[in-house]
Amino acid sequence: MDQGLRELYQEVILDHSRHPRHFGALEDATHTGEGYNPLCGDRVKIYLAVDADNRIADIAFEGKGCAISQASASLMTDMLVGRTVEEAEKLMGGFLHLVKGESTNGLAEEDRERLEVMGGISEFPMRVKCATLAWHTMKSALEGGDTAKTE
Amino acid sequence: MTAQPKLNPVAAFDPLVARADFPILSREVYGKPLVYLDSAASAQKPKQVLDAMETFATSEYANVHRGVHYLSAAATERYEAARETVRRFLNAAHADEIVFTKGGTEAINLVSYSYLTPRIQLGDEIVLSVMEHHSNIVPWHFLRERHGAVLKWVDVNDDGSLDTEAVDAAIGPKTKLVAISHMSNVLGTISPLKEIVARAHAKGVPVLADGCQGAVHLTVDVRDLDVDFYAFTAHKLYGPTGIGALYGKRALLKSMRPFNGGGEMIREVGREAISYADPPARFEAGTPPIIEAVGLAAAIDYVGGLDRAAVVAHENDLLAYATEQVKELNWVRAIGEARDKGSILSFETNGMHAHDVATILDREGVAVRAGHHCAQVLMQRFGATSTTRASFALYNTRDEVDTFIAALKKARSILG
Repeated sequence: MDQGLRELYQEVILDHSRHPRHFGALEDATHTGEGYNPLCGDRVKIYLAVDADNRIADIAFEGKGCAISQASASLMTDMLVGRTVEEAEKLMGGFLHLVKGESTNGLAEEDRERLEVMGGISEFPMRVKCATLAWHTMKSALEGGDTAKTE
Repeated sequence: MTAQPKLNPVAAFDPLVARADFPILSREVYGKPLVYLDSAASAQKPKQVLDAMETFATSEYANVHRGVHYLSAAATERYEAARETVRRFLNAAHADEIVFTKGGTEAINLVSYSYLTPRIQLGDEIVLSVMEHHSNIVPWHFLRERHGAVLKWVDVNDDGSLDTEAVDAAIGPKTKLVAISHMSNVLGTISPLKEIVARAHAKGVPVLADGCQGAVHLTVDVRDLDVDFYAFTAHKLYGPTGIGALYGKRALLKSMRPFNGGGEMIREVGREAISYADPPARFEAGTPPIIEAVGLAAAIDYVGGLDRAAVVAHENDLLAYATEQVKELNWVRAIGEARDKGSILSFETNGMHAHDVATILDREGVAVRAGHHCAQVLMQRFGATSTTRASFALYNTRDEVDTFIAALKKARSILG
């Protein structure tokens, strides 16, 4: 099989898309955000429960879309739960570098390794927006909850 | 004595010969031969079109309808000859019924702005089908938003076909226009346009047809259809981007206010008064797409030089061949199986999103469209968020269909 495809659709990604973590709504959310990609119709809604210490105590997402967008949202929620808002934003910055094929040296080794499964997307420029939708939506939720768009 | 075998009087069409006219089809993508199944989005261009544009640009080009010099006269002649070619292509009565636009979208917006806006009042209705492309929806939404027009949606049947009766039933005393696709870009459905026009006219309502797909796959005779407006674009008809045309009945065009303002569309401009040119110039403000008009004419000549019935038979054979194989896959749901349909195959893949499917097909060299195809109302109708679409053109082959089906199975093996 094509090496790029093998990397893009590796088992971890497909597993996340078939069995998304933290899928559903959050009743005690302090922040929510909705993301929409008008080009492909992908939708995602992110729920965050941020505690007094500015820590993401709980997180969930709902949405429908391609394997990449769903896997990215699932992986993101898995990695963000328990982190502070500042840490979340830093992780997002690293993720945006990763999907463009740029260096992620600013991140902790463990985070780099976990995010690396999404690295294959950098070879598919038409699909980068699929991967970033959930992350942009998370950021807009933290900033006040407008609809995030990637197109 | 044995009789000499008679030559078939019908000119044969050989897609392999036609393929040689399209330079891009011999390229590879990702090391695989290109299998271009996205012609409904935009068709590839034969060298006859590209050569005509280059020859014109390198030997006869100047602005049109302006200068008195040699080249301006030559260019004007070519530009107006292109209009005559379009007239002949649509079998319009008069060349002045052909307005050049920048595409099908602009043609429909022109009708919305110049014809319908001055005639629409709060509560007036526009009848359109759920299978319209956004270009034949959004201009009417503008009239809903700005003037309180009501959009009356006509549903299609589950097989994607459109009934004349359903359209007729939606036409009421407040209907000001019926706007309907001649052929759906998603379902491939061919509308019973002539019957629809007859029913609408019986109630005094004009009809606009979106012919962006229809002009490619059907023989269009606007006089036989008796349609009031017919919009199409060049780039889906093996011609260049940046140009399309609107056919409008002469009396209707004459009754319409100008569209864009600028040079070319005026008769006289003063400080306090202005008068406008007659159609079609009234609707062609500014320097038009001159080189593209020559390209459009060359595309029409190219298509006209082929045995059109044989081309359509070939495209329909590809559609039938592909549909048959796709339907054997129990994880595929074909959308749009009207009896009258052109060579477009849209389908959903169970458990696999169209974008993932299209990405894998792409790596096999197979270019398809994935998404909502600018037809979100139709997607909602069929409960689909996105579909994969393969569209077949004159230059596609059965071998390419085989490659497409194999790639589809590969997508299943990776994602399924």
